[in-house]
Amino acid sequence: MNELPQQLVNGLLLGSMYGLVAIGYTMVYGIVQLINFAHGEIFMTGAFGALSVYLWVVPNGTTMWIALPLMLIGAMLVAALVAIGAERFAYRPLRGAPRLAPLITAIGLSLALQQAVWAWYPEAKSARTFPQIEGGPFHIGNVTIQTGDIFLLAAAPISMAVLAYFVMKTRTGRGMQATAQDPDTAKLMGVNTDRIIVIAFALGAIFAAVGGVAYGLKYGQIDYRMGFILGLKAFTAAVLGGIGNIYGAMIGGVVLGIAETLATAYIADIPGMDKFGSQSWADVWAFVLLILVLLFRPQGLLGERVADRA
Amino acid sequence: MRQRSLIAITAALSAGALTLTACGSRDSGGDKGSDSGGTVVTIGVDAPLTGDLSALGLGIKNSVDLAAKTANKQKYVDGVTFKIEALDDQAQPSSGQQNATKLVANKSVLGVVGPLNSSVAESMQKVFDDAKLVEVSPANTNPALTQGTDWATSKKRVYKSYFRTATTDAIQGPFAAQYLVNDAKKKKVFVIDDKKTYGAGLAGTFTEEFKKLGGTVAGTEHINPDSKDFSAIATKVKNSGADVVYYGGEYPQAGPLSKQIKAAGAKIPVVGGDGIYSADFIKLAGATAAGDLATSVGAPVEELASAKEFVANYKNGGYKEAYEAYGGYSYDSAWAIIEAVKKVVDDNGGKLPDDARAKVTEAMQNVSFDGVTGKVSFDEFGDATNKQLTVYAVENGNWKAVKSGTYSG
Repeated sequence: MNELPQQLVNGLLLGSMYGLVAIGYTMVYGIVQLINFAHGEIFMTGAFGALSVYLWVVPNGTTMWIALPLMLIGAMLVAALVAIGAERFAYRPLRGAPRLAPLITAIGLSLALQQAVWAWYPEAKSARTFPQIEGGPFHIGNVTIQTGDIFLLAAAPISMAVLAYFVMKTRTGRGMQATAQDPDTAKLMGVNTDRIIVIAFALGAIFAAVGGVAYGLKYGQIDYRMGFILGLKAFTAAVLGGIGNIYGAMIGGVVLGIAETLATAYIADIPGMDKFGSQSWADVWAFVLLILVLLFRPQGLLGERVADRA
Repeated sequence: MRQRSLIAITAALSAGALTLTACGSRDSGGDKGSDSGGTVVTIGVDAPLTGDLSALGLGIKNSVDLAAKTANKQKYVDGVTFKIEALDDQAQPSSGQQNATKLVANKSVLGVVGPLNSSVAESMQKVFDDAKLVEVSPANTNPALTQGTDWATSKKRVYKSYFRTATTDAIQGPFAAQYLVNDAKKKKVFVIDDKKTYGAGLAGTFTEEFKKLGGTVAGTEHINPDSKDFSAIATKVKNSGADVVYYGGEYPQAGPLSKQIKAAGAKIPVVGGDGIYSADFIKLAGATAAGDLATSVGAPVEELASAKEFVANYKNGGYKEAYEAYGGYSYDSAWAIIEAVKKVVDDNGGKLPDDARAKVTEAMQNVSFDGVTGKVSFDEFGDATNKQLTVYAVENGNWKAVKSGTYSG
């Protein structure tokens, strides 16, 4: 069991990444009740945005301490533009249509974005290497943390703090809460709901972009399909945490990440369970957990706190 | 309730989307061959031309293309012009089977080179066999494809139209085990596979031999090929005290796996089969890949005298992608088809007979020539008679041959 702290950290890291992407699912759902299935691809385009900045904007040999912030900005810009474009051209024309219509559009958009990167991004037909932060791993007792993971460990709580401040304290944030609770009344009270919806999409994309950069730094490579499975997992995390709740998204992500990691690490040690314990079963256990939560707490872990919806 | 039913619908739709992505675009690179009159014979190619394994797949396609062009230039078969039709299977058995039907429907196809993956081959064998269309794989290493599912106990050939120029995992796994125990002095192995036909088979034959030679297995794990996060497994490997990791699978997972194992603090080599013997493995595994090992079929192409010409011609052919691990075998597979066609045409007075496909399949059994990878011929199961293997190690960012040999059980 001396590996437990390390496994918990592994799970926390994986879960933080799910959480960063899940925020986008939950915010958009909270405001327009739409599950934006192209969100995983927005995460992917963010990562490619960061790579583009590194390849073509930053001069060769720039240290990551300077390059990384620029890459982050590039990632956020690209992801936000894609998300705003998606909202404007794929979802807004369908507002008011039956809910299934935008959902199908989302899936189409998801495939289209994947294929676009596949076809037009140079050498993106197989994985592309992503720049790494120099410097060795850090050791805290038994636990090893990679340099790239430090970014993720810091990015997740900072993102949450920024988001909470924005939603709770700013005018636009309160407008979001109002629109989430009742779009028609909010409109009557002078809230520009169209603007609020665009902002929700853009904000979700910005956090997904942070997740995309974290993914690149963690695994050292990105590819045009990276958003698909991760998007599904992040959606699961959003449902697990209570879809519509921004804190729920992060908590759902962390719970999911830790559940997957612990299932991989320990289920095989339970007598009689050795067949169901390897990493190839991790997804199964993650979904078992999701089903259990939905059975006994259909609103998700934090789904009740409607006031926090944004 | 509305929310819940929406979630149910989305779940169903996402499952649908998963299946949709399995059948994406495909590449038709069959616009080759300058028609100089006479009969046109098409050599089909099935390989992953897009996706994770495309590096290997494009190497296969280009090498077959080179063989066809060489035969045309030499006018190797009188009155016959070869061209290729390359289909993309994206490493998916379902796409492979669709491609097989498509190739069968094209009457000018008299032989197919491919596929890369053993699991894809499984789905294609029957389609080709029913049409009596010969299939020569440059890369499948699962023993069951030629010797039946009970190959370990009683060998039985299932499909008469299936051949391969690559040797099998029944040899490759044990060969790696012998090298690790006898030469590298490793005693404790952690075995990981991806549960696919190729990976699980390789890990199985490896483990058996490793134990027989006195080594112990510190742990086993199976990974999900869709995942990129192997941190949980990497931590287990580190704590298991193993001095080597054996991975049955392919480079898109092996690269990140090696990287994450090293990052977790286990400074031990990752060893795999020909599925990780790709430049992309080194790219994905990063700087810490130094010392990782791979076995691959045959002797290193660059070192064989017979291969010099191939390497030079490939370079002059203007191909964008490298020929990778299977280039030489793909060239030889295509050339085996060309030889078989030549035999059939010669026997029929310079023309293709009506039942050309069946005749070519028949002729394939006795094909024998000096190819890029050495002597090319097939045994009674359709397996290559050439059973040479090589161990490669990552050194300064490149694969370097460490030891070549023939496996002796």
